[in-house]
Amino acid sequence: MIDIALPKGRLGEKVYEILAQAGYPCPAIQEENRKLVFENPQAGVRYFWVKPSDVAIYVERAAADIGIAGKDILLEYQPEVYELADLGIGKCRMCVAGRKGARDCRDQTLRVATKFPKIAKSYYSAQSRDIDIIKLHGSIELAPLLGLSDVIVDIVETGKTLLENDLEVKETIVPISARLIANKVSYKFKHEEITRLCQQVDQYCRERGKTL
Amino acid sequence: MKEIHSEQVVRQLRELYRRYGYTQYRMSKFEPYDLYVHNKSFLISEDILTFTDADGRLMALKPDVTLSIVKNAKEGSGLQKVYYSENVYRTSPMTRGFREIMQTGLECVGDIDLVAMGEVLLLAARSLDMICEDYLLDVSHMGFVAGLLDSAGAGEDSRGELLKLMGEKNVSGLGTLCRELGLDPEASEDLCQLTGLYGAPEELLPALEDMVRGERMAQALAELTAVCTLTPQAHLQLDFSMVNNMDYYNGLIFQGYLPGLPSGVLSGGRYDNLLRQMGRGDGAIGFAIYMNLLERLEGAREDYDADVLLLYDETTPASAVLGEAERCRRAGESVRVERWVPEGLTFRTIRKVG
Repeated sequence: MIDIALPKGRLGEKVYEILAQAGYPCPAIQEENRKLVFENPQAGVRYFWVKPSDVAIYVERAAADIGIAGKDILLEYQPEVYELADLGIGKCRMCVAGRKGARDCRDQTLRVATKFPKIAKSYYSAQSRDIDIIKLHGSIELAPLLGLSDVIVDIVETGKTLLENDLEVKETIVPISARLIANKVSYKFKHEEITRLCQQVDQYCRERGKTL
Repeated sequence: MKEIHSEQVVRQLRELYRRYGYTQYRMSKFEPYDLYVHNKSFLISEDILTFTDADGRLMALKPDVTLSIVKNAKEGSGLQKVYYSENVYRTSPMTRGFREIMQTGLECVGDIDLVAMGEVLLLAARSLDMICEDYLLDVSHMGFVAGLLDSAGAGEDSRGELLKLMGEKNVSGLGTLCRELGLDPEASEDLCQLTGLYGAPEELLPALEDMVRGERMAQALAELTAVCTLTPQAHLQLDFSMVNNMDYYNGLIFQGYLPGLPSGVLSGGRYDNLLRQMGRGDGAIGFAIYMNLLERLEGAREDYDADVLLLYDETTPASAVLGEAERCRRAGESVRVERWVPEGLTFRTIRKVG
């Protein structure tokens, strides 16, 4: 039995679709109810939904054998896990964004609003830049509009929110996509099962890639 | 799985090491800060808890036992074989604040040969076996990995990042980085393959022959093959994604795992480079077991604080109370004697004397 942590939301549903097609279906998961854990003994899987930013924690502490997490979460929390595959979905990029046309003042401490303080810190410290991090939990785009920060470091998918708020991407820090992660000890004790799952997912993704 | 009591395990481990002629190393809770600050990157967590001693010297609550053992082992006086069971003070990345961690382990310092390596690895296997028969012992060789990185043309500055990706078994990311760095394509291919490998030595060792480039890798592979034959095969696995700091570790490295624990419980290896940095010419190998992790394996908690609560009042003679309690205990029950039912405790049965 493999325990799989799925990130709640659109990405998680897409991921479940891939896993189901790759031979790990669990019909109960699509029923409308408030259950949190779904099991399919025939396929040897148990799924559960968790908050996307918690997936890495469930996997690191072996409450889940494997899980699906965005590269953004992995970069921010640096969990001790194996990163076995890039699923190539949930693609977006980690960017620096600010008000359109705003000048980048190097003579002042840059105020950066973000949900990802670690990523922001390491990006700017690589440029030897002193920054003031403002940790927010949502609506990051609001910060530069109200003068709370000079720029934001955030995920940009289509750039539509930025556009509508008169903001623009200044720099791209790193491309992001969904990754299949595994607990290091589970990987060893359930090596055959986890490797088989990875291969089947990989094969499915490749075939689908060809038809797209 | 049999029930596990960490206190009992520590006793059994001590006895095991003693029977292999290792002597116990005891150290004080704190040491001068200098020792640790000079070798900061050897430590798993770099945070050190410090305080000022009565004479104004900066002291540290020991974050590690190995450094102190190596410092005190005399060079050129044969092998020093010691074991220890000590508390160390570290931060964990997940919780930040400092934690007291119980560590049991052993070190063999001096002129390390195949016998010494084989013995230490065997002791690691036997230690794990003592805790749980379903253990796994993963083995790797830093010489082999370093040799491959050399032949791929990886510079010192890019190594950290390459090793990090290897540690994540992130094969696709590793391939991309190798291309970006312009490393030798064939060696990069081998590096990716090596990272993804996991399995028993007898299956994997032959495949490694083809990756050998140069004397260093050939030597490493020969050493690894020889050591593997000296250890019980059933639980041994090769995993080259296990990478330790190359500034300190140079040869055989290994890690032990138990089912039901989220991370490795035993970690060890050959660290001649640490000794070289301390200005010595000989070598060392050893391992540590993180005893605090075993708490999670301990059997189900008992449902009751005691089997029997024996109540009495002013009218009962003391000898009758104590006598009855003693009779129950002789029958194998745990008995608590009180005048009133204590709050917050649970008992299988509650009865009055008489």
